[in-house]
Amino acid sequence: MIQVENLSKTFDQFTAVRDISFQVDAGEIFAFLGPNGAGKTTTIKMLTTLLRPTTGRIHLDGFDPWVKQREARQRFGIVFQDPSLDNEQTAYENMELHGVLYHIPRKVRGERIEQLLRLFELWERRNDYVKTFSGGMKRRLEIARGFLHTPKILFLDEPTLGLDPQSRNQLWTHVKNLNESEKTTVFLTTHYMDEADRVAHRIAVMDHGAIVAIGTSGELKARTNTDSLEGAFLALTGTSLRDESANSTDNLRRFAQMWQKK
Amino acid sequence: MGAIYIMWLREVKRYFRSKAQIIVSLGQPTLYLLALGFGFGPVFAKAGAGNYIQFLAPGVIGMTVLFSSIFSGMAMLWDRQFGFLKETLVAPVPRLHIILGRTLGGATVAILQGLLMLVVCLIAGFRPTYPHAPGTPGVLNWFALPEAAVFVALIAIVFAALGASIGSTIQDMQGFQVLMNFLVMPLFFLSGALFPLRNLGTVMTWVTHADPLAYGIDGLRGVLVGAWQLTYAAQFNFLLDAGILAVLAATFLGTSAWLFSRIQV
Repeated sequence: MIQVENLSKTFDQFTAVRDISFQVDAGEIFAFLGPNGAGKTTTIKMLTTLLRPTTGRIHLDGFDPWVKQREARQRFGIVFQDPSLDNEQTAYENMELHGVLYHIPRKVRGERIEQLLRLFELWERRNDYVKTFSGGMKRRLEIARGFLHTPKILFLDEPTLGLDPQSRNQLWTHVKNLNESEKTTVFLTTHYMDEADRVAHRIAVMDHGAIVAIGTSGELKARTNTDSLEGAFLALTGTSLRDESANSTDNLRRFAQMWQKK
Repeated sequence: MGAIYIMWLREVKRYFRSKAQIIVSLGQPTLYLLALGFGFGPVFAKAGAGNYIQFLAPGVIGMTVLFSSIFSGMAMLWDRQFGFLKETLVAPVPRLHIILGRTLGGATVAILQGLLMLVVCLIAGFRPTYPHAPGTPGVLNWFALPEAAVFVALIAIVFAALGASIGSTIQDMQGFQVLMNFLVMPLFFLSGALFPLRNLGTVMTWVTHADPLAYGIDGLRGVLVGAWQLTYAAQFNFLLDAGILAVLAATFLGTSAWLFSRIQV
């Protein structure tokens, strides 16, 4: 469903992603783990047509997102790391706007919006402005919106950041259910090892822009001789993490400067 | 088409939902109209230039449309900060449709604001009139209002598109401030909204003729009180001003579409 070959992204002299290749099968839940600044978000941005790769090839359901942009975009949904809702419109209007942008016929649109808002327990609040919503409700709305156009692939970039354990738990339950009922391929990044362990079929660990390990949770644990995913993660990225922590902040700063210059 | 409509609708909805904003944004042009209008009125009359309120009203209408439209485009900065921009960037529709919908929505709002300001001017004593001999009051001419609406619409589209081009480029509040001081205010002051553009020095003449808003104000003033100033071919004034604005509108729309399509985040 997702095929990535030798993907790299270089900003000025800083390489955010270097030569990564992986493949995600249809219906799979695939997790990207990695410390801050590892290149997870940059990778997602390249996969979702927001950033042009420096080199390498991407195929989403057979489409190169830079050649067949509209076809590729129609096939994925995305929940960004930071909110992307329109605060000045109601929950329903946000869904409606998304439905129109994704060419969902009017009749199907209404039904599907109701179904998803009910599922994510937002139906009662559908006519309230999004600006009055709590962080958890906004996240739920974004995920509901991401599923609206029945995407083949759903990208979730740290969807549970800043949520309480109840919301996190509920959110993953919904995502898992929809993965099973609608056969949606899910590509997620997270900092919470237990979440990845629980929902993901396969996990890739990324560090310094490269993939250091890829496999099921069990395989990663066996490979590193640890009994938890957290242990495996630290074994894979731990030592370098401490050494390079200053470095990755530098990189972030360079990032920030670059955006301002541009 | 759906994308253009839904983005247009978003802008218009936002306008009608912030009723306080509607009033507040009319405050500044009203202040200009009343304070400058009645303040400079006697001096203006003494210089033999007639009634200053009559002269100033088209200027403040143009000012209202300018500010409203250019800010609607720059509001993309907020969408960038609050994240909504990304939702539209990954949508499976041509980005041209997104930016077109936004720009037309912003222009619609600016047109409504401009027409409201026209009403304020009428309340303040302004009357659309035919050309008149200096010193004598003109003949009432309500048919000027639809013609004025043409220029209000053209100004709105030109500057909504310019605002959208800027909004696609700037990333932060500092950039916004810089543009406010070095672009929007000069556009307004050098447009002839407040003073006649005739008999200016060479440099001033060049600068004012380079200001897109000058053609909008000239058009408004031409149709509303018959005082064309910029273009000197009497029969073609309307078409010249309108034509220049239409070309600018097309140029800025094209520019904004191109800049918007290149956004990477």
